Amino acid sequence: MTALDLAGLTKRYPVNTAPTVQALDLTVESGSLTALLGPSGSGKTTVMKLIAGLLTPDEGDIRLGGQSIRDLPPERRRVVMVFQSPLLFPHMTVAENVGFGLRMRGVAPSQTAARTAAMLEKVRLTGLGTRRPVELSGGQQQRAALARALVLEPDLLLLDEPLSNLDASLRDEMRDLILSLQRETGVTTLVVTHDQSEAVILADRIALLLDGRLAQHATPDEIYRRPASRAVAEFFGGVNFLPGQAAGGVFQSDLGPLPLPPGHIKGGSVLTIRPEAIVLGPGPDARDATVLACTFLGTQTRVELDLGGTRLQALTNPWAASELAPGDRVDVTLPQDALWLLSGS
Amino acid sequence: MRADVFRLIAGITLALWLVLPLVPLAIWSFAHGWRFPDILPRDWSLKAWAYAFSPTSGVVGSLGLTLFIAAATTVLAALVGVPAGRALGLHAFRGKAIVTLVLLAPAIVPGIAVALGLHGVFLRLGLTGTVSGVILAHLIPVIPYMTLIMASVFSSFDTTYEDQARSLGARPHQVFIHVTLPAILPGLMIGALFAFLVSWSQYLLTLSIGGGRVQTLPLTLFTFASSGRNDVTGAIAMIYILPGLLVLLLTARHLTGRNAALTPRVAP
Repeated sequence: MTALDLAGLTKRYPVNTAPTVQALDLTVESGSLTALLGPSGSGKTTVMKLIAGLLTPDEGDIRLGGQSIRDLPPERRRVVMVFQSPLLFPHMTVAENVGFGLRMRGVAPSQTAARTAAMLEKVRLTGLGTRRPVELSGGQQQRAALARALVLEPDLLLLDEPLSNLDASLRDEMRDLILSLQRETGVTTLVVTHDQSEAVILADRIALLLDGRLAQHATPDEIYRRPASRAVAEFFGGVNFLPGQAAGGVFQSDLGPLPLPPGHIKGGSVLTIRPEAIVLGPGPDARDATVLACTFLGTQTRVELDLGGTRLQALTNPWAASELAPGDRVDVTLPQDALWLLSGS
Repeated sequence: MRADVFRLIAGITLALWLVLPLVPLAIWSFAHGWRFPDILPRDWSLKAWAYAFSPTSGVVGSLGLTLFIAAATTVLAALVGVPAGRALGLHAFRGKAIVTLVLLAPAIVPGIAVALGLHGVFLRLGLTGTVSGVILAHLIPVIPYMTLIMASVFSSFDTTYEDQARSLGARPHQVFIHVTLPAILPGLMIGALFAFLVSWSQYLLTLSIGGGRVQTLPLTLFTFASSGRNDVTGAIAMIYILPGLLVLLLTARHLTGRNAALTPRVAP
């Protein structure tokens, strides 16, 4: 079932000539956790504010559960947005913050207190309800902000960069909490992020936004293995692009004919392969290559290779690369099932 | 330690500076005749106080009227100053410098020039000699203070708190009452304190626009001072400084109050 449906959503700001968001179509399935991923300035926070009702679209429609909410004020949308910083109201206690939305809706005080207490327990803040926000750690504030939104049982939860303000040690904890709460409540969730790793670890599906347009909407695995365009591949860390021509299941390039994996029927002029898919070492289909440079990246080593004039980058485990030095000859295999053909340039 | 001693001396000096001029007035109000070369009056009396609170002196009525005018001026100035200060503090727009200058103008132009010019206009509008006319006149020096104070408060206000409140289901008026107002309250208190005291101590505008028919406490005080009734003048002066002190004490708590919504957010 479709929970959220964006149709031709467009937003222009007077100062910009190009629209910030341009004719965006996007559907989010009920109960899913979708990430809206894009680089800074790609218009993703604008999309979120449009859905939350904090901005008005110039064109297009926003439907929630089949009903247009385009003309509803934010407080009547059953959509709750959680901002990047926790934004707890400083003059209220943590419990008053969590109960804020219920109080504004006129829910009875006894019921507000009960639901607030239950929610605080879910985000593991039991006993901290009487504290002031400044007395909480950054991670606790973020959890209180999440509780403040979830206690309203919205039809759609919007999270703006929920992990990017947190230390590495708190990120995993917050991610697990978001995932478990989302599974428990089943709330349809849209996460906005510029960080592809955040999107991959959180989301069932990723909607990749490039230059205000939807570049691809698929599962994280599919975007990783089968990027829709060179821009998508580059955003996900793709660095190897070979020009050539595909015909009859074979890609003709400077490296000679490369047999494509079965199912590749469409034409295309650029072939890509993930750097971590390239295998270094002897093998039946191995080719000769020269090592140009090795860079240790912390957990992997990047090896720059020259295959008869064609340059490729490989990412390999540091033990496999420990013997390599610039100028060395090495055997390189491009596994057939890791090849992916891109249409266009 | 040295800093503490310095603070103590500074505090005492400041207190004496403010309090010493009031001491003779306080003594006068309880004196039954106080002639040169006596250092203190020979006899004490509550006669001046009794007279000040008697119906014949008109001091009590004048006190009530002054309170009403100052309170009304403060509320009206807040109704104008909060939205105007928000616009100036949060938004950049064409001609903002000119708007700021125009706002400040009444505070720069000498009061007597304003009062005389205003008198002619108010006469034609039938506002002279009325309480509403006096309140309107008091708003002229008060609104600039209120607006500029609120502009500086709003310039460090993070409006995403309001967006967050809206998204959590608060209607616009609920956002103002529950989120914006608590954040701007310390600044609003300072503005209100200024507004109240500027109106409270207004003599020239009240005299020219009120034309003697709107008898506020400073006017009553001046009448007794110029008629040589030093004991009654002393008593009225004591009454006159009281509200200012009370307002200051009541709002002192808010003057140092801090609200995290006012801390400019560091861009991520």
